[in-house]
Amino acid sequence: MTLELRNVAKDYTVRGKVTRALDGVDLEVLRGEFVCVVGASGSGKSTLLSLVAGLSRPTEGEIVLDGVPVTGPGPDRGLVFQAGALYPWRSVEKNVAFGLELLPIDAAERAKRVDWYLAETGLDTVRRSLPKQLSGGQKQRVAIARALACEPEVLLLDEPFGALDVQTKEDMQVLIRQVWADTGTTVLMVTHDVEEAVFLGGRVVVLASDPGRIAADVEVALPAERDLAVKREPRFLALRARIEDLVREQHRGHVSRVAAVE
Amino acid sequence: MTGPTQRTTPASRADERAAEALEAEQRLAERHESGRGRPGWAPLPRRAGLKPSASPLLSLRTPISASARWTLAVLSFAIPFLAWVALSASGAVDSTFLPSPAAVLKAGADMASTGELFDDLWTTTQRVLEGFGLAVLVSVPLGILMGVFTAGQAFFEPLIGLLRYLPASAFIPLLIIWLGLGEPSKIAILFIGTVFFNTLMTADVVRGVPVALIDVSYTLGARRGEVLRKIVVPHSLPGMIDAIRVNAAAAWNFVVVAELINSSAGLGYRIVRAQRFLQTDKIFAVLVVIGVAGLTIDVLLRLLRTRVGKWAA
Repeated sequence: MTLELRNVAKDYTVRGKVTRALDGVDLEVLRGEFVCVVGASGSGKSTLLSLVAGLSRPTEGEIVLDGVPVTGPGPDRGLVFQAGALYPWRSVEKNVAFGLELLPIDAAERAKRVDWYLAETGLDTVRRSLPKQLSGGQKQRVAIARALACEPEVLLLDEPFGALDVQTKEDMQVLIRQVWADTGTTVLMVTHDVEEAVFLGGRVVVLASDPGRIAADVEVALPAERDLAVKREPRFLALRARIEDLVREQHRGHVSRVAAVE
Repeated sequence: MTGPTQRTTPASRADERAAEALEAEQRLAERHESGRGRPGWAPLPRRAGLKPSASPLLSLRTPISASARWTLAVLSFAIPFLAWVALSASGAVDSTFLPSPAAVLKAGADMASTGELFDDLWTTTQRVLEGFGLAVLVSVPLGILMGVFTAGQAFFEPLIGLLRYLPASAFIPLLIIWLGLGEPSKIAILFIGTVFFNTLMTADVVRGVPVALIDVSYTLGARRGEVLRKIVVPHSLPGMIDAIRVNAAAAWNFVVVAELINSSAGLGYRIVRAQRFLQTDKIFAVLVVIGVAGLTIDVLLRLLRTRVGKWAA
């Protein structure tokens, strides 16, 4: 599996004014990779993900998955939103089963798969609960399990832990690393949290602002088996500092450009 | 844990803190002199903090006890009822104009014993079921169409937005000319009176479905039709029942109006007949029946809404 973005640009028109959100983005994600995209506000991180998901179309360039151009959303590219976007009237297990219900597989087969994803994401005990009864971390687990159940070629995560408290966020980071290892799914994740990006990613892509371009593509030279302790290691801290500097630079540029416009 | 070397007496710690506070004050004074601190404005007028209210009954948006709620609910019926009893018993108003509760009860019992009350109630209910039922059958699909397709909204909303301001009762003469005095004209009034509002309200509810839910469904493999069936409809269902509940009350009003103007059966007809013979006790009895029947419809729909909308936060 290869996900390729070739010279992708995206314009938005707001009240007649055209703004370029992304410009000349070239990115290649290989099978099984965990790639994190970080960037300051105005870098078009979420735009990038929505383009890959097929929820919007690039103004220029193309996105290709396994040689096939992306023309719309599909279950080969599962998406997890920051707010989860769970179906509030469906129980946890029915949320996870949603994508499978659309496929011609029998109920027993579906149940078997749902069971596995519930166990994998630690949702066994709340399988019959409604989303409103869940904590923020549990909701994101459901969203992840629901996307994974469709066995996507690539899992797209749009700041999935951005609204969680710090402790829950770390639990979820450990969980997503484990799920990634267990399923072998390719992951493309957008976040503004550099520490998170370095901890999770095999590569960290830094986006420049106004318009969003790729400013740096940094290899994360950390072992595949990582626990939270790695966050305190000098090599982790050094890498984190380097990427934070890159992001900060873009952020300052963005702030002064916004001030100049006003 | 403090080791023996770090042990300080409480008194010396308090002294330390006092010294620090003094230092902080000096720093602030220096900053002020250097011209960087907050200007030395006159102190703001002080405002007293919120005093606790005397009772939860007087606090804004505060829950009250179950017993208080029930007491108030009973009083809301009991006070007007007792006023009615007192007024009719005092003899201040002629009983032809204001019959006593006992007379109303008797009139009701008489009508019930001959069965005419139930026939009338059933006739009226049937008209509501048919007219409003038809309105729901048309307005729900139309509202969904307007809610999910911007084009649908652009096409239908201007016209429906205008039509809903035409009072249905004003159509009665026209409908009698077109459809005659029979059932069709009454069904049509109910339909006209409710279909536009229910369409617009349904469209509004459908537009409330979060776009994220629709987008995420596409990424899970759903097609447009499946999104409509499996996402838009279930998410909108409680809101659609709410709309139906509001408009069922309107339907109940329109049917009585229609029957007042022309009919040979139904609760409205019964009122007109009683008016001819100055039987105010009968009119009152029928009004009570109309109220109770309307309330029953409302309660049933509310129960359905609660059941269907359990998932809503």
